[in-house]
Formats: sequence, C-alpha cells, structure tokens
Amino acid sequence: MTYAADTLAQLEKDAAEILGRYPVRRSALLPLLHLVQSVDGYVSPDGIAFCATQVELTSAEVSAVATFYTQYKRRPNGEYQVGVCTNTLCAIMGGDEIWRRVSEHCGVGHDETTPDGKITLERLECNAACDYAPVMMVNWEFFDNMTPDRALRVVDDILEGRDVVPTRGSAKVAPFKEVSRVLAGFEDGRADEDQGIGEPTVVGLKVAREQGWEASK
Amino acid sequence: MTDLTPVLSATWDAEQSWKLGTYEEHGGYGALKKALGMPPADIIQAVKDSGLRGRGGAGFPTGMKWGFLPPDDGKPRYLVVNADESEPGTCKDIPTMLSAPHVLVEGVAITSFAIGCNHAFIYLRGEVVHVYRRLMQAVREAYEAGHLGKDIHGSGYDLDVTVHAGAGAYICGEETALLDSLEGRRGQPRLKPPFPAVEGLYARPTVVNNVESIASVPSIVDKGVDWFTSMGTERSKGMGLFSLSGHVNKPGQYEAPLGISLRELIDMAGGMRGGKELKFWTPGGSSTPLFTAEHLDTPLDYESVGAAGSMLGTRALQIFDETTCVVRAVTRWTEFYKHESCGKCTPCREGTFWLAQILERLEDGHGTDADIQQLLDTCDSILGRSFCALGDGATSCITSSVKLFREEYEAHVQQGGCPFDHSAAALFDYASAETAEEAHA
Amino acid sequence: MTSTADTATSEAVETVTLTIDGTEVTVPKGTLIIRAAEQVGIDIPRFCDHPLLAPAGACRQCLVDVAAPDREGNVRAFPKPQASCTMQAMDGMIVNTQHTSDDAKRAQEGVMELLLINHPLDCPVCDKGGECPLQNQALSHGRPESRFIDVKRVFEKPLALSSEILLDRERCVLCQRCTRFSKEIAGDAFIDLQNRGAMQQIGTFNEEVLNFDGYEPIGVAAEDESGKAFSSYYSGNTVQICPVGALTSAAYRFRSRPFDLVSAPGISEHDSSGAAIRTDHRRGKILRRLSDNDPVVNEEWITDKDRFAFAWQNLSDRLTRPLVRGEDGELHEASWPAAIARAAEGLRAAAGRTGTAADKKAKGVGVLPGGRITLEDAYAYQKFARVALGTNDIDTRTRISSDEEQAFLGAAVAGTGLGVTFSDLEKAPAVLLAGFEPEDEGGVVFLRLRKSWGTQQVLTVAPFLSRGAEKLSATLIETVPGAEAAALAAIKAGTETADALGQDGAVIVLGERLAGSPGALSEALRLAKRTGARLAWIPRRAGERGALEAGALPGLLPGGRDAASASARQAVADAWGVDGLPETDGRDADAIIAAAAARQLDALVVGGVTPSDLTADLRKALDRVGFVVSLEVRRTEVAQYADVVLPVAPPSEKPGTFVNWEGRLRGFATAIRTDAISDHRALDFLARELGVDLKVGTVSDVNEQLAALGAAGKGERVKAPTAKAAKASAGASDELVLASWHLLVDEGALQDGEPYLAGTGRTAVARLSQATAERIGVKDGVVTVSGERRSSIELPVVITPMADGVVWLPAKSPGSWVAQELGVEPGARVSVKGGI
Ligand SMILES: Cc1cc2nc3c(=O)[nH]c(=O)nc-3n(C[C@H](O)[C@H](O)[C@H](O)COP(=O)(O)O)c2cc1C
Ligand code: SF4
Ligand code: FES
Repeated sequence: MTYAADTLAQLEKDAAEILGRYPVRRSALLPLLHLVQSVDGYVSPDGIAFCATQVELTSAEVSAVATFYTQYKRRPNGEYQVGVCTNTLCAIMGGDEIWRRVSEHCGVGHDETTPDGKITLERLECNAACDYAPVMMVNWEFFDNMTPDRALRVVDDILEGRDVVPTRGSAKVAPFKEVSRVLAGFEDGRADEDQGIGEPTVVGLKVAREQGWEASK
Repeated sequence: MTDLTPVLSATWDAEQSWKLGTYEEHGGYGALKKALGMPPADIIQAVKDSGLRGRGGAGFPTGMKWGFLPPDDGKPRYLVVNADESEPGTCKDIPTMLSAPHVLVEGVAITSFAIGCNHAFIYLRGEVVHVYRRLMQAVREAYEAGHLGKDIHGSGYDLDVTVHAGAGAYICGEETALLDSLEGRRGQPRLKPPFPAVEGLYARPTVVNNVESIASVPSIVDKGVDWFTSMGTERSKGMGLFSLSGHVNKPGQYEAPLGISLRELIDMAGGMRGGKELKFWTPGGSSTPLFTAEHLDTPLDYESVGAAGSMLGTRALQIFDETTCVVRAVTRWTEFYKHESCGKCTPCREGTFWLAQILERLEDGHGTDADIQQLLDTCDSILGRSFCALGDGATSCITSSVKLFREEYEAHVQQGGCPFDHSAAALFDYASAETAEEAHA
Repeated sequence: MTSTADTATSEAVETVTLTIDGTEVTVPKGTLIIRAAEQVGIDIPRFCDHPLLAPAGACRQCLVDVAAPDREGNVRAFPKPQASCTMQAMDGMIVNTQHTSDDAKRAQEGVMELLLINHPLDCPVCDKGGECPLQNQALSHGRPESRFIDVKRVFEKPLALSSEILLDRERCVLCQRCTRFSKEIAGDAFIDLQNRGAMQQIGTFNEEVLNFDGYEPIGVAAEDESGKAFSSYYSGNTVQICPVGALTSAAYRFRSRPFDLVSAPGISEHDSSGAAIRTDHRRGKILRRLSDNDPVVNEEWITDKDRFAFAWQNLSDRLTRPLVRGEDGELHEASWPAAIARAAEGLRAAAGRTGTAADKKAKGVGVLPGGRITLEDAYAYQKFARVALGTNDIDTRTRISSDEEQAFLGAAVAGTGLGVTFSDLEKAPAVLLAGFEPEDEGGVVFLRLRKSWGTQQVLTVAPFLSRGAEKLSATLIETVPGAEAAALAAIKAGTETADALGQDGAVIVLGERLAGSPGALSEALRLAKRTGARLAWIPRRAGERGALEAGALPGLLPGGRDAASASARQAVADAWGVDGLPETDGRDADAIIAAAAARQLDALVVGGVTPSDLTADLRKALDRVGFVVSLEVRRTEVAQYADVVLPVAPPSEKPGTFVNWEGRLRGFATAIRTDAISDHRALDFLARELGVDLKVGTVSDVNEQLAALGAAGKGERVKAPTAKAAKASAGASDELVLASWHLLVDEGALQDGEPYLAGTGRTAVARLSQATAERIGVKDGVVTVSGERRSSIELPVVITPMADGVVWLPAKSPGSWVAQELGVEPGARVSVKGGI
C-alpha cells in the first residue's frame, strides 16, 4: 500500500467510523469505496487493497463489488461529474440533444474526462426527477429543466472555474471528492442549503390548496 | 372529479419543510408517541386493517408482510427501507425525502417498534447527494430529540437508524438485491425462498418496504384506519403520490386517492402540452405495459390497471404525445435494461443484450419484418424465465408497443429510418437552441 | 424409489412423494427437483447446478413445469416454469420436464438459444469439445441454425488467472460454478464476478482487464506475499466443473481430444488422503488427471498437486532398464537377471549369508523403502529385510521420527483398522489440530473441515495461524515448536478447550511432525483419554499408513505387532513358515543412515528416498557404505552411489493399495500397461536369487498373507509411550526456534517437471513476530538463517502475529530447502541474522 502515513491514518479513522455503523463488517464496503473516491478521486488499486483489508475480503471480491456499481470510477474522475439523463423520458424531452451539445462542447464522450481534469461526462440513467425533465446532474446535484443553452452555461462555468449552483438543493456544487465523502456517510453541514422548492414538487399541493381539497381529518 | 389528498406532501411548501421543527409544528412525531403506548401487535393490526399496500411497485399488503415475521427469538430483526427509486419514470420518494425526511424517519421508528426491530436501515440510491444530506440530518435531529436512540421517550425501546448510500445500480431496488448490496456485495438478487421475512439482512428476519409505504404509516396511526380506508377503492385503499412527467403542461407530484384516473390528473396538470394528442403512457414506470388514450378513464388502482393489462407499479405516469416515436422510446428503455441487467441469469443478461441490438437496428432503419418477430420471440424467452422481475419488466414495453403500434415498427423498416422529427417531441426547439448557443458563444 | 442421502446415517428421514413425468418418486424432504428426477433416470439439462455447491439458479437451463398443492390441497400449476435446481420437492407435486411439457421444452430451448448467441463457434479447437455439456445440449436441444445476426461479445483470449488456470471469457456461460467452488469449498475467493450485465465476467482483480488506472496492489489483501492471483491449492477443480471450455489448464490446453483418451481410475500418490483420481492417457503417456467422485473420501475434489503433478514419472531420467556399476566405476544398463544376480551377490555378503567364514565379519544391511510405497511394497520390503536379510533395520520413516512415535503408532494406530473417517471429521463438533496444517499437509482433509465451517470449532496448536487455519476460523493455541507436549498438557479438565473436546464426536488430529516434539504424542494420548476425544494421525506421505500396517518399521511387525515381543515374532514366523525372526532391535531410519556412514553397516537397500529431504546425511552414508541397491522410478541422486539400480513402476503403471490415514484400503489397478514392475516384485526376484521365496510377487500373494496375519492380538501389541515433555533449553541470543513444514505446492520430487503448477506455489518467505524481528534487527526485510550445516537460507521476511523467539521457514520451497541446508528439524535452534 502506498498511502502516505497521514492519509492512511485518516482513512483508517474514517473507516472505523463507517464500520461502526453496521453490525456486520462487510456492510461497510460501499461507503468505504465512496470514502476511497473522496481521497483518490476514483477507486484506485490502493483503495481496493485498503477496502479489502478493512472488510477482510480478497481484492477480487472488492473489485467484484467496485465494478458492479456505476458510481465507482476506475480512472481519476474529473472534479465535476456532469451527467445528462438520456433515459427515455428525458431523452425525448430534449436530453438527447443536450447530451449531443454538451459532449461536442467538451470534446469528450461518455465516461471520459476533459484534458484539464475538470469534467467527466456521463450519459445518465433515470435519476428520479422525471417531473423536471430534461435533467442533468452535476456531482449528483439536480439541474432541472435543462436546455442545451443552460447546460452549456453550467459546463462553461465549470471549465472556467466558476461555482455552479443546482436548481434544487445546495448553494453550490461541491467537488467530486467532497461529494464522495458525503456519500461515505459524513455530513458536511450543508443540508439546510436550499434553492427553494421546485414547482413540480408542489404542483399538486398548490392545486389542492386552490381547490380547498385536503385529506379528511 | 376526485379531490387530491395531500398527506405526505402536505408540508412540502412550508418554510424549511425538512427540519424537525417544521415537522413537529405540523404535528410530527405525535404518531410515534401514540404508537409507543400501543401494543406492537395492535400497530401491525391497524396497518393490516388499513389495507395499505406496498407503494414500491408490487402492491403487496404491508401489514401482512410484517405479519410474516417469525416469532421473536431474542435475536436481531431488521427493517430496511427501500429508497433506491430508480425505475424510469418514478420520482416520488426523492421529493418526499428531500422535502419531508422526518415523515419517513417517524414511519421507520413506528414500524421498527411494531416489528421488534432495534436497528433499521434506509438504503438510498447514491446519485442524490442532497437527499442524503437531508436524511442524515433528519436522523441526527431525531436522535437529538429523543425520537431515536436509547429508551425512546421513556418507553424502554431502543432504535438505531443507519442511512446507507448505494452506488448506482437499478437492480438494487429489487429487495433481495438491495439486501445483498447493503451487505456489501454485488447487488444481485437472491433465491427465494427463503424470503426476507425469514432470512433477510444478515440472514435474519427482515421487512423491506418502500419509502412511501413507511411514510404512510404515521398517518394511519395518527388518524386511524377509518380515515385511511375512506380514501381509495375497494381493494386499493388510501392515498398515493402520482408522478406526472412528460408531455403535460404541469408535470409533478399529485397526491390523490388510489383510483383517480389519468384524465382527471391531466386536467389538473393543465392538459397536454400544446393541446397535442396523448399517444401512450406508462401507468407505473417503464416496467409496466404501455397504455394509450383508450385507458384515460381506467381507475388507477391495482385491480383496474391490472384488468386493463398493465400494472399500477409506482404510479409513475410518463406521458408521451403524438410527436413521440414509440420505437425510439422502447429502444431507449431497452438499452436501460441492458445497462442495468445484473448479469446473474442467462435470459435477462443475454436477452436484453440481443433485444437492444435488434431495436437499435430497427430504429436506424436497418431492420426487417423478421426482426419484429424476433423481438417478440426473444421477449418470450425472457418473460417468466429470468431470475427476477427485472427481466420481465424489460419485455413489457416491447410486447405492449408491438401490439399497440406494430405499424410504426413496420414504418421504420419500410422507410429505412425513423419517420419522426425528434425535435418536435422536445421541450425546446433543437434549431433555436443551437442559435441561442451561437449567440451565447 | 428411495434415495439414500448418506449411507452412513441410518436415522429415519422424512420423505416426500412427487410425480415427475408421470413417474412417482419418493425422496428425502429437502431434495431438489433436479436430483429427484435423476433418481428416476430423468435428465434435466443444467449448467449452474452442481450437487456439491449451493444452488444458484443462474443459468435457467433447468426450467420445468411444476404444479403443487396449495394450502387447501388443490394442486395448482405455477404460472411460470420453475428452476428445478433450486426448488425443493414437495409432497403431491407434479413436475413435467422437457420430456412431457411443451412449455418446459420451449423454455429450455429459449435459454439455450440465448446461451449460444454470444458463444464462439470454436468447438473444434476447444479442449472441452467432445465432453462439453453446452455442446451436447446444443446438439440435442438447440436450434440447427442461429437467428442471432448481430455483433457477438468478444474478449481478448485467453486470460491467465494463474500460471496454471486459463480463462477464455467468451466461452464462459457465467454459471458461477468456479466462483462458488472457490468461495464455498476452497475458501479462496481469488476469482469473482467482475463488471455487470452483458459485460459481466469471471476474474481476479486485474487492473488491466478491468480498466483500472494504477498498478496491482501488494499487501495483506493480495493473495499471498507475492501478490500472485488465484494461488489456490484447489484451483484445478474449477477446470473440471466448468461446464464449457472457459477454464482450461495450461498443462493440458490443446494437448488432446477427449475421445482419443483412455481413462483409468486410480488413487493419488501425493498424500495420505487416498483421493480417487482418474488418469487419462494416450499412447502410454498421461495427459491429464481428474478427480473421481468418491463420496466417502474426496467427494469430487482433489488438490492441484493430485491433479497436475504427474510429469515426474515421464521425465527424461525415467529408468527403463536395470543398471549395474561396472569395473570402470560407471553404471551400465544390464539385463534383469544380471542385475538381480549382482544385487543378490552384494547383499548376500553384507547380510552374512554366503555360508563362508566371511559371514562372521558381515555387518548387515539397512533397508530404507521411503514413504510413498504401496502396502504391498512395504510388506515386501519388511519381509525381505527380516527373512532374506535377517535384520530389523528397516524404516520407512525417512522424515522426523522418534522411538516415542513408534510406540505411539504401534499402540494407537497400526492394526486398528478404519478409525476416524473423513465423514467423522466433517461431523466433529470440535477438532484440535497439533503438528498438522490441513491445507498444506492434508490436501482434501482441509476441504472436509472447511465444509463444516461455521458449525465446527477448530483449534490448532501451532506457532501462528496459517492461511489454511485462518480459513477454518481456527483458534490458535500459540505454541513454540517443541513445546507441543506442554500445550497439550495445559488443556486441563474444566477449560473451555477441554470442554470442546469433551463433546461427542470431537477429534484430535496429530500430524507426523509431532514426532519431533518430545512427549507430545504421549500427551496427546493422555488428552484423548481425559476428554474422550478420538485421535486421528494424519501423516503426509501416501505410503505411511500402509507401511505401518505392513510392519515396515524396525519395531513393528505386520498388523501392529511388537517386534520385541517373542509371541508376536513367533506368530509371524509361523505364518511365514520360517524358524524365527531376527531378535535384535532394529535401527530407525536416522540410525541406519548414521550406522552406514560410520561403516557399521555393509549395504543399504534404498527405495524412493530423496537425500535432500533428510536432515540426516544420506549422501555420506551412501558414499561410505560398501554396497547399495536402489529401487527407483527415475535415475535420482541415489543412483550416483548405487551398485545396482532396479527400475520400478510409478503408481500409474502398477496395481496396488494405499492405506489412507483413515485406515481405509485404497486399492487401484494398473492405469497404463508398461513393462515396469512393482518394488515388491523386484524384491521377490531378489529374494529368490538369495534362495528365499517370500511369495510377494503379486498383489494378491501379499494380500492373502496380510489377511491371514490379521491384526495384533493381546500381548502382541506395543505399549503406549509415556514420555514427558523436555525442558526447554536457553539458546544464544541470536538463536531462534525453527518452525517449518512443507507447503502443498513446493519443490518436492513428485512435482518435478510441472512448471505451471510450480507457478501457483506460494512465495517462500520467513516469518517472524514483530518483537522478534526488532530484537534481531531485520534489515532490508531479509533474514539469513543458519543451522548445523555450514550453508544457510536467505529469505524475505513477513512479519506475522506469532510466537516470539520463533522463525518459520517453508520446508522445501524455492530457496528454502531446510533439511538439506540447515540439517535440523523444527524445534531445533537456528541462528538468525537480519539482512544478508
Ligand atoms: C428490478 C426491480 C427494481 C425495483 N426497484 C424498486 C425501488 O427502486 N424502490 C422500491 O421501493 N421498490 C422497488 N422494487 C420492488 C421491491 O422489490 C419491493 O417489492 C419493494 O421494495 C417492497 O416494498 P413495498 O412492499 O413497500 O412496496 C423493485 C423491484 C424490481 C424487480
Ligand atoms: S468460467 Fe466456467 S465455471 Fe466459471 S462461470 Fe464461466 S462457465 Fe461457469
Ligand atoms: S441448472 Fe438450474 S438454473 Fe442453472
């Protein structure tokens, strides 16, 4: 293993906390892989070895898990993971075109990273935001009701080093490694950040309020 | 006209709706306190009597599922909440957890108490980081307020809740694959039997329920069985979130009694986009056979939708108007199933691999009439033969669309390409978007 | 029809009766439909199903139609076809397979078509061609023409999972038999499913194949200290159970077609398990060995050594004709009569049987048959020694041994018949291991113990937890080699360990290395008595137990009789029709070698003994002794010193019997007919030339005699040893106690000529505890170990949680030939220095 001593010490400390959440060791594996991504920016071979040691598995068993899930990256990931949903509904509502433009603009394809290491592009499957189609995700934050134009603006902001702000959720998108740490189950104190409730989320509620409908008491 | 019945969504427009304080101001955690004073068996009975059916897709009676747990042997048993929400079209659990995570946490506490569980898990798909933040915070707030942890409200009952993030795999929504994934394995489905109720997480008795199912529990405890059963139809009781997406003017979440029709919902959603004709729709996500305008008045309850040849599923109503090419839609869904097939069984792994190639060929206009038959034959080799329902689901849109729109497949063959203008189906004009980009550049 | 799941248990089993294709069948509750069908001769096609693996239900080839009674007793059909390999038979169930149900047939054909869409059409060059379940089923159930006109999945081929096991991914049907075997049976999860969906594949963690950025990690998580992938001792089983040609062995790949091979059953010569094997040969040459199915011994599994190590007998140094040393001092080929005459002449003189005055000065002959001989050979050697040469100087134990051990073997093992069995080991609630590493020294014994993982408590008296012991989740009773007696004595009544061993069916397993630990075997007997646990002695070499039964030890006559007992001698002499047997106490192997070196013996008769395996200086003995007769398969080092070399047959070319550690007779017939003869036949010739008819010319001759002799009677048996533990002596400060054993795959002579197997062996390392490493100042992670001889061993160090003051070395791995280089046995003190 080639982690520097202090990195390793921190990893081990975090791993201990993760392991503490589960009654059975192996359950910690998914969060541990997120943790490794928060340090290396991808699931590195060192990270595989680290996880294997932590959960007492062979490296083959760990890579079996790491290669099953799409969020685990095998090569250093861009600082921002830009995903365009091209599952049916989003694709038809414009996702295909957004993808084409974004990909052309960045000059990279699916699961490829721009040479400056800023953006890794991904064709996303449905991200449970169909009422906001077409949808884009940047580091797993929602960018709703996208148009090619707005999508390209987001991409340019990233490429030019400006903060990007999702349409729902946090005040700005955190870099891939930071987000990976959250996915490993470490709170970053940003839960209360908010961009206001999205229209589709409360559209039915509004109709009910207008009509004076409620579920009987 | 059926009235909407906001229950889970009732607080979503409140200031900081996700905070414990907000939730409590609206009566939150009252149900938990009430439940802690009840014999657990009574809670299970109430949920049985309410007729609540699983909101994750299959519609299995929730109380009955809890009742399958073997008698307490003093060793652990678990509640696992399925928050994987990945079925294309489904988008109800994510807004629930983003806007009102405490309704889920309270449901988890009540359910755990009812089934005798001291450690519950919420398995959230990994691709929604802000939802994870809110859930983790809600759980922490609940611990701090004494709604979770040791000796909850002096009842002597202890409960730990772990919120776990997945890492990108649709199959992990299948309950046994979810359990394997939660155990740190590849998310591949398990053999049944043993069912999770007998050997689930860590081979211990386990209840797996959808977010919405569990989130419905506090209201049942709080407002009573009669209140719940006053909503819905004969065998599909209560309210549910109906998620409209696609070619309607106001897509979004509509919480209504089961049995409401799509016609009513489209009305509330301001009608079809641009007054266009409805062409086809999914009643419950991409795994449910397609419906058309013919089914606009079908009551959206388990029985009626089933009788009409589809499934209520997750009430993910994806609406497509006449501008949509059904072959394109079906090809894309099939590519999804190919991408998400876990690989464990032959029919699903190889079948979706083959289907995708045939469909891509057809969509590109390189297909033949024999290909259409091959599609159906290959679906026949998958349906009912695959290890889990993912394979079955993959065939739904193909077989139903060939049945409903065979001439459109044939048109692709005859014209050697797609007869549709894809831009027309989009929310924006491809060409003007390009111009805008130039202007922007 | 009723099946018997386990013939060993006679308890009443609950049964269910169902109908399959119109035939009623009654099976034990819990039986899978696919097995129930087998019992009435109905074959349901399958790929992932394997009777010894947990059901997976992955391939979906075995779908059948099922109807079963519901709660009210109405028989209802399942709406979908069901996997017969995962569904248990139920009373009143009605099953229709492809033979009687069109739905089932259609379902199976559909799965077959899907299995074939991505399968390459390379049957003509595939090793599995001709014995491939997929090929057979495609021919019998598949479509004549493929409807798949799209792009097949292709992979770079083949992928080496190890030096021995190759994987052609495009042929794989992802049945997971290989991975389930590795995880469930061997406990070596070095291969697993990788990727997802259509790109799912079997593999190790290989960053190139899986497209990871970086380099392969080396460390605790890696497969062994070298980071070698798939270094499992049992990996070859995956090749055998792979239902297609996806897994092949480097040794056999492209060598042959199944229909050109002649198959013969046999018994492995590699350890004392007596695993059933199948030898496939063509034109007198072995091309491969497979596991045979023997439910009571090895089930369907063998070690990679059993499977792959057979080249040794056909190397260029194979002897086909006798050799006799000529006037010129060189060995020359000779006829059998000439060689026998020359050998007899030399032995007659050495044994003092010339009938001349010179006989008075004759110092006698020592006999060292080696430990890999059959029961028949062992019997012939000892009878030859006692009758033709008039001596008790015979010992097969060319390894660690002691008088205490001989007493233990005579009292508790020899002539006791079938004792603890594989099945007993499997069922034992607790097993204590002492001086025994099941994975390295027991082969398939390990698999049986592992089969009870989770329900069986394993304790091991050892310096550290070996990987094998770790895989058994064994509890370590940390013991410095030599202190085993004290460790066993410390298991006092009332302790947890004693309680565990007090359970019904508990077993204490003793390895041959315990002979080197004074008092240990005596203590083991006391412990067994104290707790009621049963004892099993599991030696390493295949011939050990047979040699005991045959009496090929100096103090033991056939059937476990005490050679020092006059009545026992008389009984044997009567049976043999001779006046009497030699009365002088025999020397053990070390003493024979020492005597020869000191010129206190005039001749040696040596069987399959490798000088480098011995701490005693056999070379010096051979050099100094006047006359040497060697019986060997290959022209080994011993031949350099021999006056006469008699070529003998390897096990595959002769009939015979191994007695495995259980005491079970494992007879085997000739697999390959050649002119080669067994040791016992050569000795029969030789004895005749010496004027004695031993009647050991054939296997049946020997077995008749053994049967007639039977086991030792009352008063004929050796007394149990009552030795005490030796006091540990303090050594110099840089001295450590040596711990060592043979790794399963190492540089043993029977593994010669098999580089692919050797490539899967574990890297040789020295093990030290952290404290010990610090104390001796390990530099550059290397140590130099020296013993009594002037040479030394240098190895990389792996810090291991283990007893302090101990250094562990593999006994005969590359760069670590402990016996030869250090000249000491485990338990001895060696000097250890950090760095080179
Ligand atoms: C391929 C597949 C994906 C599924 N995805 C989900 C999901 O994302 N969320 C969910 O709650 N149930 C999902 N299910 C259904 C679950 O297996 C299970 O029925 C459900 O979680 C039970 O909860 P309920 O009874 O509360 O509905 C899926 C099933 C299949 C076969
Ligand atoms: S390599 Fe062979 S045994 Fe392993 S999964 Fe593939 S087909 Fe099955
Ligand atoms: S043999 Fe039954 S599913 Fe494979």
